[in-house]
Amino acid sequence: MIPAQFTYRRVSSVDEALAAVAEHGDDAKLLAGGQSLLPLMKLRFAAPEVVIDIGPLDELRYVRAEGGEIAIGAMSRYHDLHRDPVLAEHAPLLAHVAGEVGDQQVRHRGTIGGSLVHADPAADLPAAVLAVDGVLVARGPDGERRIPAAEFFQGPFETPLAPEELLTEVRIPAQGGAGWGFEKFTRRSIDWAIVGVVVAGSAVSLINMGGTPMRASATEAALADGASAAEAAALAAEGTSPADEAHATAEYRQHLARVLTERALVSAGR
Amino acid sequence: MKVSIEINGTTVSEEVEDRTLLVHFVREQAGLTATNIGCDTTSCGACTVLLDGESVKSCTVLAAQADGHSVTTLEGLHGEDGDLHPVQRAFREEHGLQCGFCTPGMIMASVSLLDHNPKPTRQEVRAGLEGNLCRCTGYHNIVNAVMNASGQEVQR
Ligand SMILES: Cc1cc2nc3c(=O)[nH]c(=O)nc-3n(C[C@H](O)[C@H](O)[C@H](O)COP(=O)(O)OP(=O)(O)OC[C@H]3O[C@@H](n4cnc5c(N)ncnc54)[C@H](O)[C@@H]3O)c2cc1C
Ligand code: FES
Ligand code: FES
Repeated sequence: MIPAQFTYRRVSSVDEALAAVAEHGDDAKLLAGGQSLLPLMKLRFAAPEVVIDIGPLDELRYVRAEGGEIAIGAMSRYHDLHRDPVLAEHAPLLAHVAGEVGDQQVRHRGTIGGSLVHADPAADLPAAVLAVDGVLVARGPDGERRIPAAEFFQGPFETPLAPEELLTEVRIPAQGGAGWGFEKFTRRSIDWAIVGVVVAGSAVSLINMGGTPMRASATEAALADGASAAEAAALAAEGTSPADEAHATAEYRQHLARVLTERALVSAGR
Repeated sequence: MKVSIEINGTTVSEEVEDRTLLVHFVREQAGLTATNIGCDTTSCGACTVLLDGESVKSCTVLAAQADGHSVTTLEGLHGEDGDLHPVQRAFREEHGLQCGFCTPGMIMASVSLLDHNPKPTRQEVRAGLEGNLCRCTGYHNIVNAVMNASGQEVQR
């Protein structure tokens, strides 16, 4: 399978990337790690006329502690995050989750920015960034804007980013040693989650339990009231609307959400 | 577009379509056929090569993305004198051989795994090779081969 014809264009700075998306708009797609875009193009689910390769933008490949926050460049690869000492110290949850995405080869290419903008409800990092109340920084023709993760994931593969905008950075609070847990149930080890759960301190978010990553609000409220891990986890599926799919019915998924939430809470020390 | 990629130490420059995949460039332009197209959907790992020293699935990288970068394929692993790479040697010693489709990708993924984790546990080897699927035999001897290459004990 080869993608449909397109024009390849490589950019070497954020400004050049912004100029390129301004010029091509809807006809173009940004190419970061390509681990979602290229498979879609090979299957002809996507057929952009112009592909703008932002791979060379090393200026967006960093992890920095800034005050009480960690700034992560959008072009940081899973592999970078998994091995980053700053992240290991201040946001071990994210370092761990990055190491659980796909396989070694995918982690060498895939970027945090690509994962967030792709907004697959079955993806891991969107739920993790949602759990830690991350803020996404986008740059466009009118300058920079900050979008809280809770407003960023609007539907399956749907975000408020305009085609002329570039995600440049993700900012998360430094959690220090706050308890965290991550559980993911997959059919094959390299697969996306059938259901996944991220626990970060008192926040709980769910992977693949609806059209977007979502917070398990009933569980969070119960925890705030002093419920045990088992009691709080029993509420994990409340308000979720997972789809019936070949590998998992909605009912099975809701069951999994409860089981995995309890495990994630226990490993987070709740 | 004109693409120049240093493959196993030799620069290959060719005019290709913008949509050319790295795996096709390696096989057709460079004429190196150890890198195979298995699933073509980023699942099997048969097309694994090292791009700037790190394992990638070359069916999911454009040749254009590798322009100006360096690629190592199975053919480039051996030493100057033609000696097998320690991982290749270990695969032979442990009979970690699968079919011709799977083995090159398994070896490239193993080289990359050991590069970052020189003394992996058996569990880490299994996790590190999860992106490489065999559809017919098993992984036991491959895990042994990676343990052997890392100078650790193998399981009989
Ligand atoms: C075999 C396999 C297994 C996988 N398993 C998992 C898994 O277990 N969990 C998981 O979460 N994911 C998984 N993935 C998906 C993987 O994480 C992708 O790498 C990721 O979703 C996309 O990141 P990318 O950098 O490759 O982006 P690309 O594929 O290059 O881009 C994805 C989308 O984001 C847009 N984009 C990228 N960067 C920016 C930016 N900075 N600003 C604006 N738009 C941008 C692109 O235009 C495109 O629409 C898997 C992929 C494969 C191939
Ligand atoms: S052919 Fe590339 S992963 Fe299977
Ligand atoms: S060894 Fe290649 S399919 Fe099993």
